[in-house]
Amino acid sequence: MLITLFFLFVRIGLLSIGGGYAIIPMIQTEIVKNQGWLSEQAFTDIIAISQMTPGPLAVNTSTFVGMRMAGVAGAVAATAGCVICGIVISLSLYRFFQRHRDSKIIFELLCGLKSASLGLIASAAGTILLLTFFGSDGLPVLSQLDLPAVLLFSGTFFCLRKFRANPILLMTLCGAAGGLLSLI
Amino acid sequence: MPKKWKLCAWLFGINFFLSAFTFGGGYVVVPMVRKYFVRKKELFSEEELVEMAATAQSSPGAIAINLSALAGYRTAGAAGAAVSCVSAVLPPLLILSAVSVWYDAFASNPVVSAVLAGMQAGAAALMVDYVVDMYRIITGEHSRFLTLLAPACFAANFIFEIGAVWILLFSCALCLLRTWGRNIRAQKMKKEEKIPKC
Repeated sequence: MLITLFFLFVRIGLLSIGGGYAIIPMIQTEIVKNQGWLSEQAFTDIIAISQMTPGPLAVNTSTFVGMRMAGVAGAVAATAGCVICGIVISLSLYRFFQRHRDSKIIFELLCGLKSASLGLIASAAGTILLLTFFGSDGLPVLSQLDLPAVLLFSGTFFCLRKFRANPILLMTLCGAAGGLLSLI
Repeated sequence: MPKKWKLCAWLFGINFFLSAFTFGGGYVVVPMVRKYFVRKKELFSEEELVEMAATAQSSPGAIAINLSALAGYRTAGAAGAAVSCVSAVLPPLLILSAVSVWYDAFASNPVVSAVLAGMQAGAAALMVDYVVDMYRIITGEHSRFLTLLAPACFAANFIFEIGAVWILLFSCALCLLRTWGRNIRAQKMKKEEKIPKC
């Protein structure tokens, strides 16, 4: 069972480029449809929990699925499988880029990739912004604008730009502020 | 040697922390790494970070973990990479084993979800801050192509919902075409220079 889990997640990890949300449909097809290990409902619950708990989404989801299937050992096997390919490939890619820095083509390629990757990060930021301000990542509806969230975002953004404040401290404060606001 | 031990211990701590505070998707790790690795410890430059982020994104798997591995590798070699990966995976493992026991109480608690929503606002601010600064670095290279490529990729992914793989592949192809075109132009220039000489 552990070995099956490990290799299943190696495959999932290997096939999912672009991180985060790209991995979810992949895990769903493998676990729910192909293997029939979990029901659709159980899987949706797992995604919800993975989004609520800290850590990268892909790691959380694989940890949780592994845990459900074979306890802590299963969680370790699934997580290891999910991340191992990415680590090995990104390290080799990095070393490859470093070694061929002087090559004109590699240099240009890297410049382009940097620019493209920043665009993708901006897109992820846009999605989170929509989720924060409007509660969904679909087309924004002005009436659903969450004013406290906008204020919280603006305050944090201001602190970051102006004082270069500590991000972990800011995150903790944001969480506390969110919790307090809900109690009032 | 003791210096390396110290670095690895620091890497373990910092990656554990970063991972424990990653809310709203793995991308938040990129600005976090900037804060601690680049600004506080000055272990590498912002340009290098953008390069690492691009590499982490072009590889399969979770970007946060890939980036942790790369930052660890850059800081303390293979040992650093190994330490970083393990410590980045630990918090989700620990937290999820606790959460799975109290799943229902946790998921339906309104205060918990309010705290998480607050943290999401913080994560959004971190990412926007990062994107603004890094885009400045890219425009600083004074290449119209690179300056336009980032917003184009943003639009392709955010508005047209084209997958990250295709965007990255297409950008690579564009870059190759561009260098190729430049080479041809350079060769033509050389030839034209030669003609009047004859």
